[in-house]
Amino acid sequence: MKNMNLNLLVWRQKDAGSKGKMESYIAENISLDMSFLEMLDQVNEDLIKKGLDPIEFDSDCREGICGACGVVVNGQVHGPQRATTVCQLYMRNFKDKDKIVIEPFRARAFPVIRDLVIDRSSFDRIIMAGGYISVNTGGAPDANSIPVAKEIVDKAMDAAACIGCGACVAACPNASASLFTAAKISHLALLPQGKIERKKRAEKMVSQMDKEGFGDCSNIGECEAACPKEISISHIARMKREYFRAVVDEIEK
Amino acid sequence: MHLDAKVPDGPISQKWDKHRFNIKLVNPANKRKYTVLVVGTGLAGASAAASLAELGYHVKSFCIQDSARRAHSIAAQGGINAAKNYPNDGDSIWRLFYDTVKGGDFRSREANVYRLAQISSHIIDQCVAQGVPFAREYGGLLENRSFGGAQVSRTFYARGQTGQQLLLGAYSAFMRQVNKDNIEMFARREMMDLIVIDGKARGVLVRNLMSGRIEAYAGDAVILASGGYGNVYFLSTNAINSNASAAWRCYKKGAYFANPCYTQIHPTCIPVSGFHQSKLTLMSESLRNDGRVWVPKKSGDLRRSEEIPESERNYYLEQRYPSFGNLVPRDIASRNAKQVCDEGYGVGTTGLAVYLDFADAIKRLGQNTVTEKYGNLFDMYEHITGENPYKGSMTIFPAVHYTMGGLWVDYNLMSTIPGLHVLGEANFSDHGANRLGASALMQGLADGYFVIPYTIGHYISSTDLPSVTTEHSEFRVAEEEVSKRIDRLLSVKGEKTVREIHRELGKIMWDNVGMSRNKSGLQKALGQISDLRDEFWNNVNIPQTGNHLNKNLEQAGRLADFLELAELLAVDARERNESCGGHFREEYQTKEGEAKRDDENFSYAAAWEFKENDKPAELHKEKLVFQEVELSQRSYK
Ligand SMILES: Cc1cc2nc3c(=O)[nH]c(=O)nc-3n(C[C@H](O)[C@H](O)[C@H](O)COP(=O)(O)OP(=O)(O)OC[C@H]3O[C@@H](n4cnc5c(N)ncnc54)[C@H](O)[C@@H]3O)c2cc1C
Ligand code: FES
Repeated sequence: MKNMNLNLLVWRQKDAGSKGKMESYIAENISLDMSFLEMLDQVNEDLIKKGLDPIEFDSDCREGICGACGVVVNGQVHGPQRATTVCQLYMRNFKDKDKIVIEPFRARAFPVIRDLVIDRSSFDRIIMAGGYISVNTGGAPDANSIPVAKEIVDKAMDAAACIGCGACVAACPNASASLFTAAKISHLALLPQGKIERKKRAEKMVSQMDKEGFGDCSNIGECEAACPKEISISHIARMKREYFRAVVDEIEK
Repeated sequence: MHLDAKVPDGPISQKWDKHRFNIKLVNPANKRKYTVLVVGTGLAGASAAASLAELGYHVKSFCIQDSARRAHSIAAQGGINAAKNYPNDGDSIWRLFYDTVKGGDFRSREANVYRLAQISSHIIDQCVAQGVPFAREYGGLLENRSFGGAQVSRTFYARGQTGQQLLLGAYSAFMRQVNKDNIEMFARREMMDLIVIDGKARGVLVRNLMSGRIEAYAGDAVILASGGYGNVYFLSTNAINSNASAAWRCYKKGAYFANPCYTQIHPTCIPVSGFHQSKLTLMSESLRNDGRVWVPKKSGDLRRSEEIPESERNYYLEQRYPSFGNLVPRDIASRNAKQVCDEGYGVGTTGLAVYLDFADAIKRLGQNTVTEKYGNLFDMYEHITGENPYKGSMTIFPAVHYTMGGLWVDYNLMSTIPGLHVLGEANFSDHGANRLGASALMQGLADGYFVIPYTIGHYISSTDLPSVTTEHSEFRVAEEEVSKRIDRLLSVKGEKTVREIHRELGKIMWDNVGMSRNKSGLQKALGQISDLRDEFWNNVNIPQTGNHLNKNLEQAGRLADFLELAELLAVDARERNESCGGHFREEYQTKEGEAKRDDENFSYAAAWEFKENDKPAELHKEKLVFQEVELSQRSYK
């Protein structure tokens, strides 16, 4: 198969304080077997050779699991392929002479650090607020002492598969972090070990999410469609129930 | 310096218990006064930081990624071993211990391995308590599967995302301590140097990767959990940011580097597709449970895999190793793949691939069960190659995956620099010359959750640690040097990009210091590495400056260290005149082409000491004594 030439339009921004702008580049001699990020690698090699500034973007595992990568490609979060992070998107999804617009994930709670690199530390702070089971190391009972139904573990695993990339936020017109937050709340609330703290957890995580400046969820469903791990929006319903229960309990106390 | 492994006396099964009883404790009220600096937030670093913070120590934690949760451990797929014997198939602490020593080709320290096997069960308990959703049977109990190098089912897993789930478990415990102010988290920081004061590790210098500023942190002990150095080969299954620099800085400050030549080539990776390749993708070894490895009987057979009938397929692993079949250890599976390709039976566009077939498994278990077990791996394969593995066989080829070598540590996981403890893949400790599948996750978590919390307490309580601040002159001096080095890198402004030089290094290493090695190839590689290092320092082109996010500069610093480590790796391989585990020297093989050890002369861990002024590193030997396991020629026939 013949290699392609592509017309890129890429967001360039020096730092959080500067104004950014779109710049155009030509990606030459792109093989269909390249990943999207390998295509950007090659563009950067060419830029460096020409004495120009390479495009900064985050990536690490390049296997779709660490959640480091993430850009908006032609208006689509992580690009056109369903259930796929941009590091796992292959250039056989594009055609010669295609125009490709590449932008960072945009949200008030995700400031740009440089070019396509963003600050997602707000996600860490949501987990910090309560995304755990409060057990210390040592003294845990035998792992088989509490059986857990396979269906329940499978559901918990579906939620726990979240890679924290931020695609849900970037896809949401309200820039809500509900799917991310709900996935963790749901994962832990489903398991017997996590049930004990479920109310406090939901309350704390939801209020941290609000504090970080993420928007509200109005059930649009763009998050689910953009999620590379296909995490179901039904977890948001569970989060809302968990949160509601916690608030009601608080009032009745 | 004499290498003292500090292995406790007594029968092997009682060493760790006795040691825990004998070591000194730190008064709970005093722990708060001590600061421990933890570099790395993978399984080893995150579990250590969380556990130490829970005990009351003040922890400062550093990682390269934007969040602790993204450490390279997240990518582990297959599973984690533990001697639970839930399936009642004959497993025990002893068997896990034995399998690990044998799998490592008798080049690990018995006492450490035994402790690892003892602790393994607690790890699973701990992870389940944290909410790790391990796979379960319909009755609600935990499910196990088997992995290479073992004949029992002792591997726990969470779909194909075991590393992710274990790391998120450790990360959640870690974030809980951040919330309690017991851990201070510094993300997007890269360790540039270790600060040694009065012979003890007392601080680190890190570069803030967003601003480029050099920051100094002082503490009472340092834990290095910075992962392995597989990226010295450029192409590996390691994450893009995985590097050897933190360990290399410590080496240059006096920590011995042990067994650098023990590198592991994983048999089941997706073959290279072209020059643009930035990394290689592993297909979990668990696939070998149900997948069958084969090549066509006819060399150069161009038919699609599904068109080649059974009678014309050579299931060479099943043929050669009837009792372990497709589940032989990694080094053996990899070498056999290389061999059949060298003989001209390789498949795919490059001829550097073999088939892995699931038709039998799909017939036996049904497609649904296969999807449930391996679905995400099959999806990943299809994403990357554009081929559907449910229809034809997958193509696979070996790739660099793991490094057994690392900084030398004693039984307490302390390096030759007092106070510097090394955990996880960054140390050399438990896997000898070859690591068994699902044992790295086990080791990382054993080190972090269950070993270091005891041994660091002993170090702190038995060591005089006068207060040190970042005003100390050692910090100043080191900071100047770090800045100078960065300026030097930036000022070369030559012709070649960092990636071009890294790719060249990778080729030298893969061709001559890879899956099989020989003296003249190693000698040749040493010359080439040295030339390439010169070229790097005279002809690299790093764009822009050092006072903002600059990933090319980051990679350049790491490559500079890889160019030094590569040399030590090749020297170590040249000096080890035997074959063992992942280190295969062509001159030393049995008639059947298996690795031939030389126990009389090489039953030691090679610990290398850095020497100033371009003098060659000095070799120190830790003699390995096998009291419990009888040395034997590994056989998986
Ligand atoms: C694709 C893949 C699959 C695998 N599957 C399995 C499996 O199924 N079972 C198994 O047992 N093992 C598996 N392994 C091996 C296992 O994942 C690793 O050996 C293990 O996770 C290493 O953990 P670690 O904590 O030592 O280091 P890592 O997880 O590599 O973490 C290193 C940490 O150190 C930080 N760091 C590094 N350098 C610096 C620096 N200079 N400054 C600051 N921070 C730094 C990084 O940011 C990171 O936080 C797999 C490995 C790969 C590549
Ligand atoms: S780089 Fe890890 S998910 Fe894309």
